[in-house]
Amino acid sequence: MLIKSVANLGRSGLSYIAGAGRAGSLLFGALKPAGRGLKLLPLLIKQLYIVGVQSLIIIVVSGLFIGMVLSLQGYTILVGYGAEQSLGQMVALSLLRELGPVVSALLFAGRAGSALTAEIGLMKATEQLSSLEMMAIDPLHQIVAPRFWAGVISLPLLAAIFSAVGIMGGHLVGVDWLGVDTGAFWSVMQASVEWQEDVVNGAIKSVIFAIVVTWIALHKGYDAVPTSEGISKATTSTVVQSSLAILGLDFVLTALMFG
Amino acid sequence: MNSKKIELLVGSFLLAGIAAILMLGLKVADSQMGGNSQSYELTAKFDNVGGLKVRSAIKVGGVVVGRVSSISLDSDFSPKVTMEIDSNFNQFPDSSSVAILTSGLLGEQFIGLTPGFVDEETEILTDGGVIEDTRSAMVLEDLIGQFLYGNSDD
Repeated sequence: MLIKSVANLGRSGLSYIAGAGRAGSLLFGALKPAGRGLKLLPLLIKQLYIVGVQSLIIIVVSGLFIGMVLSLQGYTILVGYGAEQSLGQMVALSLLRELGPVVSALLFAGRAGSALTAEIGLMKATEQLSSLEMMAIDPLHQIVAPRFWAGVISLPLLAAIFSAVGIMGGHLVGVDWLGVDTGAFWSVMQASVEWQEDVVNGAIKSVIFAIVVTWIALHKGYDAVPTSEGISKATTSTVVQSSLAILGLDFVLTALMFG
Repeated sequence: MNSKKIELLVGSFLLAGIAAILMLGLKVADSQMGGNSQSYELTAKFDNVGGLKVRSAIKVGGVVVGRVSSISLDSDFSPKVTMEIDSNFNQFPDSSSVAILTSGLLGEQFIGLTPGFVDEETEILTDGGVIEDTRSAMVLEDLIGQFLYGNSDD
């Protein structure tokens, strides 16, 4: 009984390490230069459309509402100190440093990451990947690499759009509805937001999240058990694992950058 | 969906992302938002501007009439504040006074402009005019210092 449970632990540990190894070789194989970079450009553009453009609506809408809520909540707290003109600073800093990169990465994992996993998992189940290999086309270059680069390019841009739209939403509620002075809103914001400290660090965060989310999604799809149940499990674990990875990494990155 | 349309949409997505980054960048530098109305400039010298910032408001009785356009140090090391006043408010006499005030205990500092009296010797301030009667920002540390060590000159 005891030996059996130790053996179970060892088996799951080994399969975890083997999975990590497969994920590493997947990324390495996809990023290895294949000498046909320009031929893959149309594939990259198609994936940018699926991964980036189609995620735009959810990013813009949630960015707008999160900015508006931040502004409304911040106003009710700050007005108690007579400091409601610091609203711009609060909205801009919380969006640029935390909410922009983190929330857009979470939405991206739900919207684009799950779709990537399901697509690649179904390709595996219907043996399209094997057919590509039969035709001497490396599926890592043909399928995985364009999707990886599309994710890495899209998410930082989506995070920047999220923050910009959120600040607009905060301005809409704070200035146009609650009556904070518009000059104070922008001037306090400009005095407190630093390009290097806030904007660039937020962008670095979203690049790291983009690599992690896309990598997890591609690995889960490529590694899925090729049945309908296996694909559904892979899709679920993409969303769960990338959300946990985003939140955990965000703490580490914040401690390194602002700690 | 043909590939031409996809390329177009991807291109506009990339442009939107770059525009968002530019907007975030310009927020850090000084962006000029909504400054297209006519205005004229007045200057005033203070002893101490405290926490006054460029683009702080200039108010007459609580109504915003303009913004601070620049803060610099004059040749005699006294801070010189340049104010952009909306041209709709162009009837201030040169006997007017300005003071640096704070909104609330922790709030932003702004310039309070008090219009002065009008008689035959006063003139209306125009572009480039100077307001002589100024009152500096209240600096809490100075007040505490005066309170603690007294002011033997008085």
